[in-house]
Amino acid sequence: MIGRIHSIESFGTVDGPGIRYVIFMQGCLLRCQFCHNPDTWDTKGGKEIEVDELMADIQTYLPYMESSNGGVTVSGGEPLLQMDFLIELFTKCKELDIHTAIDSSAGCFSNTPFFMKKLEKLLQLTDLILLDLKQIDNDKHKKLTGLPNTHILEFARILSDRNVPVWIRHVLVPGKTDNPEDLKRLSAFIQTLKNVQKIEVLPYHKLGVYKWENLGLKYPLDNVEPPSEEVVRRAIDILNATQ
Amino acid sequence: MFAGWEGFKKGKWNEEVDVRDFIQKNYTQYTGDDTFLVGPTSATKELWQKVMELAKKERENGGVLDMDTKTVSTITSHGPGYLNKETEKIVGFQTDQPFKRSLQPFGGIRMAVDAANSYGFEVDNEMQHIFTEYRKTHNQGVFDAYTPEMRKARHVGIITGLPDAYGRGRIIGDYRRVALYGVDFLMEEKQKDFNNTSNIMSNDIIQLREEMSEQYRALKQLKEMAKSYGFDISQPATNTKEAFQWLYFAYLAAIKQQNGAAMSLGRVSTFLDIYIERDLKNGVITEEEVQEIVDHFVMKLRLVKFARTPEYNELYSGDPTWVTESIAGMGNDGRSLVTKNSFRFLHTLSNLGPSPEPNLTVLWSDRLPENFKKYCAKMSIETSSIQYENDEIMRPEYGDDYGIACCVSAMKIGKQMQFFGARANLAKALLYAINGNIDENHKIQVGPETAPLTSEVLDYDEVMKRFEQTMEWLAGLYINTLNIIHYMHDKYSYESIEMALHDTQILRTMATGIAGLSSVADSLSAIKYAKVKPIRDENGLAVDFEVEGDYPKYGNNDDRVDSIAVHLVKSFMTKLRKHKTYRDSVHTLSILTITSNVVYGKKTGNTPDGRRAGEPLAPGANPMHGRDTKGALASLSTVAKIPYAYAMDGISNTFSIVPKALGKDSEAQVNNLVSMLDGYTKQTGHHLNVNVLNRETLIDAMEHPEEYPQLTIRVSGYAVNFIKLTREQQIDVINRTFHGSM
Repeated sequence: MIGRIHSIESFGTVDGPGIRYVIFMQGCLLRCQFCHNPDTWDTKGGKEIEVDELMADIQTYLPYMESSNGGVTVSGGEPLLQMDFLIELFTKCKELDIHTAIDSSAGCFSNTPFFMKKLEKLLQLTDLILLDLKQIDNDKHKKLTGLPNTHILEFARILSDRNVPVWIRHVLVPGKTDNPEDLKRLSAFIQTLKNVQKIEVLPYHKLGVYKWENLGLKYPLDNVEPPSEEVVRRAIDILNATQ
Repeated sequence: MFAGWEGFKKGKWNEEVDVRDFIQKNYTQYTGDDTFLVGPTSATKELWQKVMELAKKERENGGVLDMDTKTVSTITSHGPGYLNKETEKIVGFQTDQPFKRSLQPFGGIRMAVDAANSYGFEVDNEMQHIFTEYRKTHNQGVFDAYTPEMRKARHVGIITGLPDAYGRGRIIGDYRRVALYGVDFLMEEKQKDFNNTSNIMSNDIIQLREEMSEQYRALKQLKEMAKSYGFDISQPATNTKEAFQWLYFAYLAAIKQQNGAAMSLGRVSTFLDIYIERDLKNGVITEEEVQEIVDHFVMKLRLVKFARTPEYNELYSGDPTWVTESIAGMGNDGRSLVTKNSFRFLHTLSNLGPSPEPNLTVLWSDRLPENFKKYCAKMSIETSSIQYENDEIMRPEYGDDYGIACCVSAMKIGKQMQFFGARANLAKALLYAINGNIDENHKIQVGPETAPLTSEVLDYDEVMKRFEQTMEWLAGLYINTLNIIHYMHDKYSYESIEMALHDTQILRTMATGIAGLSSVADSLSAIKYAKVKPIRDENGLAVDFEVEGDYPKYGNNDDRVDSIAVHLVKSFMTKLRKHKTYRDSVHTLSILTITSNVVYGKKTGNTPDGRRAGEPLAPGANPMHGRDTKGALASLSTVAKIPYAYAMDGISNTFSIVPKALGKDSEAQVNNLVSMLDGYTKQTGHHLNVNVLNRETLIDAMEHPEEYPQLTIRVSGYAVNFIKLTREQQIDVINRTFHGSM
């Protein structure tokens, strides 16, 4: 089985528990204004790789995964665009008892039987989903990412119904996703889910801006600066508050 | 029985010199955390303040504060020197004053003169006269015997950095013996051995007997030197403070006698802990007092200084002395050798601030106590001052009482020494193979004359065949050159006190090395997997290369190229083994350049991997910077493939990571670093320097050195005060891969 990937990070320390082998998949349907990996958008870009080749590489890192209770995280891009590949990859990971995680923003989710059948199979093989909820307000979400959030929230509920462990991740972009009212609504939504183990606030940064320039794209958030520690702290408090 | 041995469990060590037996029978393993540690006393703070002031003056004075230009340094040459006699718990300096460097002409008078001149001092005329006219030096001996071919190879830099113009170092006296046995016992033992040598006076027996006499005299001088400070060290130390002091005197004698490139300390912290535990149990000392002694001892180790030539400083930048102390490791019986004193030694990095010396080396095993592993990781993250070496691959070779000399050279303490041999430049050798052994820069025939390769595109098999031939020639020349150097070093600059603190029968290794491994691997990979066209000058010499297409690069855990690197190491080692060595020393090989990767690179032309002429090679076994693109572990996994069995003098890997890439918060950072070290150990990687810092910090320190007096960074195998590096070296460090700069 061949997948289309952007790159590999052998020492991932921020995408799930322990030390992670992170596979950045190629292709995404969202067009988030703050995206720090716009070079993963194009579904025809990147390079092709066989599951077996990837597995051979992954196995050399088992000592690090074992020492740290880490594993493999598939990120992107949007991994759920390549579910067949993920199913085969995770099947092989599970044969080696490797912890598996998917970092997704679910932009491509649809409740069609076709999609759901594959998803069910994949979830059987997945230990953790890192789910990006970017903006609870649907209009703002559309503006920020190019797509509405209704199907993404539906995906979150499905994960909750099936009791798949989830870490919620929220990128905090000043002026875009840090409004306290929005955060409270997001928090209320998260509290309706039964499967959330952790809520992470990821402060917006500008380290990916050069990639926009390399792609000849205009960076839409030129005037936005990373949030202050205080703002981050407040967002963490709101999202973790029990109401 | 000696008074100093009261309360210790008896054993073989009471009958004959056996420090390991003493340690194993008496040490107290510690598995707790770091909460018992205490801060510096006011005396410690005052003394360190004084050191920092002197260090500032030294910097302002161009790198050397003062130098003795009249007195030849010997064990007894100088009267006592103090920082502050009233408050120092551990005493002793190389000369009569701190920061005053000594005159050591036995390695070579010209070097001593050059070193002095470069710092604006002048060696006394009488001394110059004596060491030119009457007393031959090591350097002169070597050049008396060198062949024209050796001189040529040295001149062009295919074999370079050789210890023919500086002290070889990398010999660790077992300084603990002086504390445990007192000097008299050691002298008696040497006398016994002297009386029992063979009576057939062959060269080796004559040499042995002469050396033993020198050793015996050195021990006598050691006692005298201690006496000048008011201590009688003829008997074993009776308490903690004496144990530290006796041991330090022994080490001090070594650095007064020799300015070896690396003057390493050994493995003393757990040994000393036994004295501390005895005193703590008897209620005669407090934790504050113990830490104060440790701090003052370490302070002394930070103040070891030598006068060195500009050429030396270019090779080994930042005034390093390699006072390497090996900490932790596992015992053969499965207990870890971690004691409270392992923590205390690392804790000096907090009490006195970060520092390159002593070169704190943790012998890592995934089986070390978790608390200790976490403490190491925490201190690494805070100070970038610690290096790690894999106890799991060294212990089977050296047992559980070995130490690291210099950077990565393991040896059994008191039972083994090495003949340090710098390194051969394999990147240059590859160019020789392509060019018929004509030097690409000097345009002269250096190796055996062979027809240069003339094809338009380099053919991998053809290049490899020639390269093997060039390495064959190089290996022979290299070993023979080292044979001369070490013959002369033994003859004219013998390390009698260090060797007095060894067994009489010892294992010697001939420690060769290679530079440019990653550049050669990438070059050969380019030739194999892409298209490499040589660009030839008017004489047909390949002076540059055009590469078409992509190829796998060393540092990405890609077997296609990593296997080439593995082959090179095995192949060169196998060729070295064919040649007879001085004193039948055992061949070993290191992949370690220290900072000399910059100098070696300077002497090497354009290479087929796209590296430009004059640019630095990668340090040690590191990938070329910027070419390891699959993250930190891919890079580590590549280096871990180099087989230790073929490079038992060490495989150096320097690793820099930005703090954020190590984990989200400090707890995650500590855990991830521990896991990384565990993983690297399990992958049988050998050595890892860990730097946790941002590139911006270094850039700022380059511009504002005065604001970073203690900024420490690990380079290949040692640590340096960043602001003491030459600008060229600073830029090289900044250019290297910082993992996680996403």
